[in-house]
Amino acid sequence: MSASEILRELDSLKDAKAKIEHKISALEAQLREIHLRNDAAPLNGSSSYSTNGLTQDMIHRYSRHLMLPAFGVQGQANLLKSSILVVGAGGLGAPALLYFAASGVGRLGIIDHDVVELNNMHRQVIHTEAYVGKPKVKSAAAACRSVNSTIQVVEHEEALRTSNALEILSKYDIIVDATDNAPTRYLISDCCVVLGKPLVSGAALGLEGQLTVYNYNGGPCYRCLFPMPPPRTACQSCAEGGVLGVVPGIIGCLQALEAIKIAASVGEPLSGRMLLLDALSGRIRIVKIRGRSMHCEACGENATFTQQKFREFDYEKFTETPLRVPPLKLNLLPNESRISSKEYGEIILTKEPHVLVDVRPAHHFKIVSLPKSLNIPLSTLEARLPEISSALKKEEEDSGLVSGSSAQLYVVCRRGNDSQRAIQCLHKMGFTSAKDIIGGLESWAHNVDPNFPTY
Amino acid sequence: MQLTLEFGGGLELLCDSKKIHNVNIEQQNGENKLTMKDLLSWVRTNLIKERPEMFMKGDTVRPGVLVLVNDCDWELSGQLETSLEEKDVVVFISTLHGG
Ligand SMILES: [Zn+2]
Repeated sequence: MSASEILRELDSLKDAKAKIEHKISALEAQLREIHLRNDAAPLNGSSSYSTNGLTQDMIHRYSRHLMLPAFGVQGQANLLKSSILVVGAGGLGAPALLYFAASGVGRLGIIDHDVVELNNMHRQVIHTEAYVGKPKVKSAAAACRSVNSTIQVVEHEEALRTSNALEILSKYDIIVDATDNAPTRYLISDCCVVLGKPLVSGAALGLEGQLTVYNYNGGPCYRCLFPMPPPRTACQSCAEGGVLGVVPGIIGCLQALEAIKIAASVGEPLSGRMLLLDALSGRIRIVKIRGRSMHCEACGENATFTQQKFREFDYEKFTETPLRVPPLKLNLLPNESRISSKEYGEIILTKEPHVLVDVRPAHHFKIVSLPKSLNIPLSTLEARLPEISSALKKEEEDSGLVSGSSAQLYVVCRRGNDSQRAIQCLHKMGFTSAKDIIGGLESWAHNVDPNFPTY
Repeated sequence: MQLTLEFGGGLELLCDSKKIHNVNIEQQNGENKLTMKDLLSWVRTNLIKERPEMFMKGDTVRPGVLVLVNDCDWELSGQLETSLEEKDVVVFISTLHGG
């Protein structure tokens, strides 16, 4: 089988799988409807109890909800008919998902692209050690099903993007933002505005938490409150800044509470207000925030934010932040000792005499490399300096440089960390004009040649 | 004018990691009138110890900072033009993204 045949076969199988899954959920919904009707009006007529559509099992399972005057049978029936999507099965999503499952949300969606890591487990209490290394969606879905096998749990094992967000979010009544970065927060809010869905938004970092409901009943959206994204340096992640596990736990529980109130149509959702938790001082304050802004780009009076515009919006560029948490980025060198991958692209095009040293390990170099690059792994750099000297000399001769001018030396690695260490070493050893390529081969693939394979 | 200023969401790191500051601000013109605009420049001069760009942009707070005057979004009271009164509580809080 050729690669294209396999791809075609995969596509058609995935298509068939999607159709089957759709059929399964339609049949399951049909079955639930039948159960509801049968329970409400038994066919044999022997027990025509009036139970407002709840089955005997439901009445038993949710009895403590049913006895609440402010919630009651109607609240529970509404909840059972509702659908909620939780974006992010991390510190916020973990407790929210467990409460959604336990309380009987009819259809519960989970979207996440990450795997469970040991350093998540102090706060992401839905996951167990057995799932370390496995997708968070699978782990969270299994936990929800083990809490309540009577609800429908839908797994979306992918990252939320402008290309899939409209399709996924449109299938749910209420969206819960339990994510961890600025671009995704704007993306989710805009998508909720476009689709007209209420958004229960929570955030936690360190010992503080924040909670509010956006786009609900004429209330503000995320952009009404934050029309301009914060500078990137102001956006710490839990991986950088740390977080006390129970803090997102509290905010996640409050998100569950707000979403359940909206789904059940009870109480006053936290719209137009924001809850601020300061765990260290033990204080919670609820403040009044602005209403919907007439000038909001997403939801304002003259806003032209359509589904089409949403699909084309570049959230990473807008917030200057990648959607995925980036790996370590060193900054060891002054700017004049660095060039961008785009600048290096220009150097190749203009045939500027130069030598490119790739300092990755040899087995990395074997996977893929830039044309005419010389592989000298960082660990062997000092011992192999003469090779660099002779390569520079050869390049000067080949390109017919007049005496006095010299070929330039550039260094590249996978992500632009080791190349900086190499430049520090080279500068010390007399190659004072050597420069590295910022962001390494990943940047090359991202900014110059999208066909360059990354690994 | 006596005010209570609070910093949160990481902004406290810009002022000696202290979250609550009880301050007494002398008005220059002798009147007992102080706007948020006056307060911001006072805070910038007297409380912000590092990276002022993490607190302000131009003559207002940087994007991503919520300002609350007596637990109310300053958008509702006139932003920079909000006039402050004795014993007011002003909160500056940076929006969080973690989870
Ligand atoms: Zn808006």
